[in-house]
Amino acid sequence: MLMPDLLFELFSEEIPARMQARAAEDLKKMVTDRLVDAGLVYEGARAFATPRRLALTVQGIPARQPDLKEEKKGPRVGAPENAIAGFLKSAGLKSLDEARVEKDKKGDFYVALIEKPGRDAIDVIADMLPVIVRTFPWPKSMRWGERSERPGALSWVRPLHAMVATFGPETEEPTLVHFAVDGIESGFVTYGHRFLAPDPISVRHFDDYVAKLEKAKVVLDAERRREIIRTDAKNLAFAQGYELVEDEGLLAEVAGLVEWPVVLVGSFDEAFLQIPGEVIQATIRNNQKCFVLRDPQTAKLVNKFVLVSNMEAKDGGRAIVAGNERVIRARLSDAKFFYATDLKTRLEDRLHKFKDIVFHEKLGTQAARIERIEQLASELAPLVGADVDKAKRAARLAKADLLTEVVGEFPEVQGLMGRYYAQAQGEDEAVAHACEDHYKPKGPDDLVPSDSVSIAVALADKIDTLVGFWSIDEKPTGSKDPYALRRAALGVIRIVLDNNLRLPLVAAFRRAIDGLLSTHSALINVDRLPAELLAFFADRLKVQLREQGARHDLVDAVFSLEGQDDLVLVVRRVAALGKFLDTDDGRNLLAGFKRAANILRIEEKKDSASYDSAPDEALYQLAEEKALARAMTEVKAEAGRAVADEDYESAMRTMAKLRPHVDAFFDKVTVNAEDRALRANRLKLLNEIRAATRAVADFSRIEG
Amino acid sequence: MSELPPYMRPERSFQGLILALQRFWADHGCVILQSYDMEVGAGTFHPATTLRALGPRPWNAAYVQPSRRPKDGRYGENPNRLQHYYQFQVILKPSPPDIQQLYLSSLYAIGIDPEIHDIRFVEDDWESPTLGAWGLGWECWCDGMEVSQFTYFQQVAGFECAPVAGELTYGLERLAMYVQGVDNVYNLNFNGREDNRKVTYGDVFLQAEQEYSRHNFEHSDYEMLFKQFSMAEEACRKYLVDGWADKEKSRHLMVLPAYDQCIKASHVFNLLDARGVISVTERQSYILRVRELAKACGEAWLKTQAGGQG
Repeated sequence: MLMPDLLFELFSEEIPARMQARAAEDLKKMVTDRLVDAGLVYEGARAFATPRRLALTVQGIPARQPDLKEEKKGPRVGAPENAIAGFLKSAGLKSLDEARVEKDKKGDFYVALIEKPGRDAIDVIADMLPVIVRTFPWPKSMRWGERSERPGALSWVRPLHAMVATFGPETEEPTLVHFAVDGIESGFVTYGHRFLAPDPISVRHFDDYVAKLEKAKVVLDAERRREIIRTDAKNLAFAQGYELVEDEGLLAEVAGLVEWPVVLVGSFDEAFLQIPGEVIQATIRNNQKCFVLRDPQTAKLVNKFVLVSNMEAKDGGRAIVAGNERVIRARLSDAKFFYATDLKTRLEDRLHKFKDIVFHEKLGTQAARIERIEQLASELAPLVGADVDKAKRAARLAKADLLTEVVGEFPEVQGLMGRYYAQAQGEDEAVAHACEDHYKPKGPDDLVPSDSVSIAVALADKIDTLVGFWSIDEKPTGSKDPYALRRAALGVIRIVLDNNLRLPLVAAFRRAIDGLLSTHSALINVDRLPAELLAFFADRLKVQLREQGARHDLVDAVFSLEGQDDLVLVVRRVAALGKFLDTDDGRNLLAGFKRAANILRIEEKKDSASYDSAPDEALYQLAEEKALARAMTEVKAEAGRAVADEDYESAMRTMAKLRPHVDAFFDKVTVNAEDRALRANRLKLLNEIRAATRAVADFSRIEG
Repeated sequence: MSELPPYMRPERSFQGLILALQRFWADHGCVILQSYDMEVGAGTFHPATTLRALGPRPWNAAYVQPSRRPKDGRYGENPNRLQHYYQFQVILKPSPPDIQQLYLSSLYAIGIDPEIHDIRFVEDDWESPTLGAWGLGWECWCDGMEVSQFTYFQQVAGFECAPVAGELTYGLERLAMYVQGVDNVYNLNFNGREDNRKVTYGDVFLQAEQEYSRHNFEHSDYEMLFKQFSMAEEACRKYLVDGWADKEKSRHLMVLPAYDQCIKASHVFNLLDARGVISVTERQSYILRVRELAKACGEAWLKTQAGGQG
């Protein structure tokens, strides 16, 4: 026999687009989790959202819960009367005759067999759904109407109007899952498109529901609405000889604003194309939620846009297109006016306003911050091969576009407008590009600046930010990182590594601290700051390298050596170490190291002594001891030279020479000799292994 | 609509549009009030909304409210921005179940036919820091143009709304520009007449926009305004204290005059803000001071007859 399906719909006033997908998922999870908890294991479930409804179908739910049999252990035979009475009550038995007696090591005791017959699934669901509606996790919800003054009034994202809940196998007429929430009763009735098919529709199963909605001009599945919009928009663009500028974020949002997408094309005056394309796109996208088109040959925007309406209009959309064109004309006029106004003022003439703008209460004004970045950029410039004057100039101007009208209106074009305005006022190209590129990389997929002037400003900007927030103890914690400090650190790491920059970070942090101290006195923790910030960088680097497949313990093993703040070298050392540990020599040396470290740890603890002084050559008895000691002296010197030459591969190869001697030592030499002096000397020799390997990494941090 | 003479039609006449909205909401049982006789930043400040939204008594009202936003002045040079404009405000308490449909019908009444236009409810959460108020709702879009704000008031003056009121705010100039098909607000036909009998929005308000922009940005006497702010604040507090009928604070007898002073302080703050004499840090504290007044007024209102007491 076919198992029953559940259809559940919550019909409301317009749900914010950004909340729909999550709400559908939450609905599915809440219902299916509770079904499983109730012993109703289902076959499949899908959830949907439109601007006016959340819907859920769960297929293949057993018609009844399984019967539950449970054995309840009771008191011993002959236990006090109140214990017996309590047991009978809690197990629901009338007398001890209904209980069984069982035996264990300590004697006889009572056992009750409790049988709980399963309930009909429809009853379980009818109990469950109102609780789900009442406790639904909307990011923000509200009360409405007459009932809103009563205690316990229902709270929903926007007013809820109707609920459909049906249950039954698809071959039969389904049954109503009957329940009510705050005066709204479940039923078979929903409604179609607000304007195109507003009448009530009676629905039964999911298939029938989807089909009837489609007839009533509602496409239930957001994925399908997206595909309709994408396809129609591309085709309309193509038909005009253009190409759609795709925008997934906008597509998802627009699909959440319509139940019945109708895609139309409008145009605007060509004269507006003098405005930078990014500004046109921002205007049309943010304010009007429309797409822009470009010429496939030149890749430049054209004077057309694609709008997505929710309406099959009687006039074919003429009024809708005309209305949207008027709004876009007004918006572009504003943008054009802003752009023209901006061009009248040179970037440097805006800077005085930064004196009145607080960057952070404890870190002073934007003006002070810009001065610090300027100073730091000029100090970093020689280290990254940039012209000092250009770096200074770029740092000075890089934030000025924040005060322009266009960026005020469209924050997402910050930096880009800085470049346009810098170019327009005849700045050096490197300076102009730094205005844009110093923000980069903005995310994991963003490009890393490669021009030296941009690099100097980008590093100065990010390092000043990090040092500043560290100095006032505003570090990221858990998921909270309001100042995007992780991104800033990762930005520095990527800039340094991608450009192969030899930049000692601690010195750079110190310069930034000096800059801060020149205007701020009450900074906490200045002495420890470089080390703590470097540890934060090590963590970010670990995350970064792990994503590329490297082992995070190797990063630890390198960072725990003294003075590792040159990221390029750290990464090279980590790579060489990884390669070495993949060889037999590497693995065995590590094993030998671990063995030596373990013995040392145990013996040092036993003796409450440490054996970190140099061994006495005169006390070596066996050839293996002498050979190991000799090999270590050689290897230490040779590896040290290779490390100094930054040739980590050969440092590792040198390390490999230790391996046979370490193996032979453990093979032939008894460390815990009877003679105390001999034993101590051998332990000191073991310690030398630990010391020797530190030439390349702290082997104690390596796992395995 | 067909029985209207042409000069009264909402798509030809600014005043015709206002009258059509008044007529529509009168037909749906609203009290048609006149504008509040004080300077306010939005129709919400009218005591018919702020105060009447509080307490259990049903209340349905509609009115035009001239609204002043000193910072938005553009010396009459921007076709879309004004420091003085009209809002049409509707407050329905409790919010009726068919309030969205009522709103759409009101658009139809002013010539927006939903069969050829694309009308959308786009998320917009409303919050007024100065009034200590918030609600959830939408911007209502017609063919991509925001023509109204639609809010279910959840809290006003720091108090839960019980029951919740629905508030509709129509930006009249924008709506009129849309239905008249005009791109510049000053070209709106105000009286619906043609030729030499036609009066435009510019004829009525352009000079005022120029004068007030000069005043708001360059000449307003801010020393006086600072004093006025403090005086209004003090007076508001005094009236609130004096208004309690008894020691138990069981009834309040003078909340409306106190609330006037709260409105006054709010507008004076807006003037000071436009004049650029309030720093970023001070700004927040002024907003908080107005909010404290609004909250105290709300508390007192709930102890009045219209607020549900007695």
